[in-house]
Amino acid sequence: MSVDAVGLEERAAVLATRSIKKQSKIVGLRLAIACMDLTTLEGKDTPQRVRQLCRKAVTPDIDDPDLPSVAAVCVYPTLVREAKDALAGTQVKVASVATAFPSGLAPAHVKLQEAKEAVAAGADEIDMVIDRGAFLAGRYREVANEIAAIKDATRPALLKVILETGELGTYDNVRRAAWLAMEAGADFIKTSTGKIHPAATLPVALAMLEAARDFEQCGGRRVGVKVAGGIRTAKQALQYLVVVKETMGDEYLSPATFRIGASALLNDVLMQLTKERSGVYQSEDYFTKD
Amino acid sequence: MSTNLKTTSRKTRRPAAGEGRPAGVRLTADVDARITVTAPGAAVWQYAPAPEAHEYIRLAPQYDLFVGGTWVRPARERYAPVIDPSTENVLTHAAEAEEADVDRAVRAARTAYEKYWRRCPPASRAKYLFRIARAITERSRELAVLESLNGGKPIRESRDVDIPLAAAHFFYYAGWADKLGYAFRNTEVEPLGVAGQIIPWNFPLLMAAWKIAPALACGNTVVLKPAETTPLTALWLAEIIRHADLPPGVVNIVTGGPQTGSALVTHPGLDKIAFTGSTEVGKDIARACARLGRPVTLELGGKAANIIFDDAPLDQAVEGIVNGIFFNQGHVCCAGSRLLVQESVHDVVVAKLYRRMQTLRIGPPLDKNTDVGAINSRAQLEKIQSLVKSGEEAGCTRYETQCVLPSRGYWFRPTFFTGVALSHRIAREEIFGPVLSVMTFRTPDEAVEKANNTRYGLSAGVWTDKGSKNFEVAARLRAGVVWGNTYNKFDPTSAFGGYKESGFGREGGLFGLAPYVRRVS
Repeated sequence: MSVDAVGLEERAAVLATRSIKKQSKIVGLRLAIACMDLTTLEGKDTPQRVRQLCRKAVTPDIDDPDLPSVAAVCVYPTLVREAKDALAGTQVKVASVATAFPSGLAPAHVKLQEAKEAVAAGADEIDMVIDRGAFLAGRYREVANEIAAIKDATRPALLKVILETGELGTYDNVRRAAWLAMEAGADFIKTSTGKIHPAATLPVALAMLEAARDFEQCGGRRVGVKVAGGIRTAKQALQYLVVVKETMGDEYLSPATFRIGASALLNDVLMQLTKERSGVYQSEDYFTKD
Repeated sequence: MSTNLKTTSRKTRRPAAGEGRPAGVRLTADVDARITVTAPGAAVWQYAPAPEAHEYIRLAPQYDLFVGGTWVRPARERYAPVIDPSTENVLTHAAEAEEADVDRAVRAARTAYEKYWRRCPPASRAKYLFRIARAITERSRELAVLESLNGGKPIRESRDVDIPLAAAHFFYYAGWADKLGYAFRNTEVEPLGVAGQIIPWNFPLLMAAWKIAPALACGNTVVLKPAETTPLTALWLAEIIRHADLPPGVVNIVTGGPQTGSALVTHPGLDKIAFTGSTEVGKDIARACARLGRPVTLELGGKAANIIFDDAPLDQAVEGIVNGIFFNQGHVCCAGSRLLVQESVHDVVVAKLYRRMQTLRIGPPLDKNTDVGAINSRAQLEKIQSLVKSGEEAGCTRYETQCVLPSRGYWFRPTFFTGVALSHRIAREEIFGPVLSVMTFRTPDEAVEKANNTRYGLSAGVWTDKGSKNFEVAARLRAGVVWGNTYNKFDPTSAFGGYKESGFGREGGLFGLAPYVRRVS
């Protein structure tokens, strides 16, 4: 089934005009935290940096102990052990990118080995990238086989498949890649690595959600959707939640089926929540920058 | 889902899994998805009420007629209540113009035409039109609130569609005022004189803009009669026109019911009638104008076909179906009220449409998250109910949005029927409400034949991913506007008008100038 770009973008734009205020804003923002994969994916990541991030993941705002923890912390494979240790005894999962993130261009056996090692180190979830080169060259079977092989090698970890939609060029390709990933065994389909611009957009998220909905409706499994990259503000997060709610229904609004991958987003959400609570905006120095 | 969309026990049918398909065949291509419809689960996240601010708008207890640049009391001092259809509350009262009032307005328009407007340099006419356009833009929120308050339409639509488009029409025709020589090449044109204009209640300010802007740009003066149920934004427009310092009498606005309209149509002092409204009234007006030898343009009803081919982008097509029939509660003359869907994707489209329809938020027009507002009047609601009843009695299958409707006001659930044939009343008559008739076809030829098999011909939609098919089918449709892979798109540069009983004459764009000029050489 094809996707019409104009119609898709129009629908996303209308959903973005939903007015989310007062109690619905508070509930929505708490939901955004619960669905968040708090992420650090930099070349300069260190064990201490990851430990600090894990602290923030468990207790996003020390002044508001009722807030939920985030869903997961997302790190490079070499830092999985550190994160797992820091998060011991909490509900927060450890997600690891794998398969030669972010390009996906490494020999297949290397990618497989990397994913296996991440799981062996304690990763609960694997965020793999697809080989966009193979996809764009039309070698769909190869892409699907790789996803299936990674899925087999990393069980029982949750597998998120990054389509890197910013490199796919068309919404038709987004839908095709999403469908292919779901048929190959993805537990989640994910928009982006965050290393390519554009990363997640509302229309891309909508196209992937519609694919996931149709996949389930025609006898497949329920597959989750993760949006990642460029989501920095509370307002954006609420817009994504609106798209999820009105495309998939309320039951999909859960970390089991929806995730937001982000690093800077959390503090903006906390800032908005504090404003809703106190009526005034605080300076950013009131929010910890771990 | 939300408070407005609680599941109720109303008896409606949902499409079953794999309906109409052989059991046991597993198709993997996703276009053949055998989609089932699940009931909405418990609400995890509800939208809080988000009312558009409106307290700053103070309505006077009654409004007079705008004649000769000032407000004048109607001769017999009769005023009719103006209702908020979402609550049935009386908002204010508007004057009911009698024959004497219409006569006064026409004379004012004639005086203005002879004394000021026909002598006004074209660039100055443009200046006035630009002023009106800017004032509409500046007061757009206020106008949007009034439109929703009086008409029942969601604020999202009045804010994002009605008011910006109304301003755009004034901006557009302002540009033509001093360039008519380019619009009509190799010929001299002059204005007709005084135009009588009668507009409907579905897009009150927008229709006023469609009528007034080209008439003024060409040098005519006008007497405009807004619809009986929706006079408010026209009255605000009168005030805007007064503040824009237009010469008195160039635009006159007389409120009232059918008697006012009939007095206007038959008034001997007019040079032109322009009417947008029902086909029934349009025929009466055509007869009257024929007797008087008076130029007339009519934009009337429609029963548009929205054609979905099996290679269409189905999710976007479903959005187009929803936008085509539920936009403005279906009170749209070009609404896509007949869905012609290729039989091979009928079940998928129906399932997707049903699911999508459940997410429509029906409720207070002034809530910024409302998708579908109130039906414009009790009379219209009763007409919709009676046609829907005919569909049920004829054995068509009815589906509707499952939601709780407000207890007061005029409301109707978004509805569609399957199993409809061309010979059913709901496929032939204009319902002018949120009610869609779903029919099937097998080949492009059959789609074209069925689409054209109607007394109307205002608009149509074609959905296919194949460009050549889209153009080919569009060219064969006898409808004034054909949208390709979209629906209900409006732009002042684009002509709009009908075939057959949908009327004659074109509005919008370059074509919209022609009905307001006489060629003199």
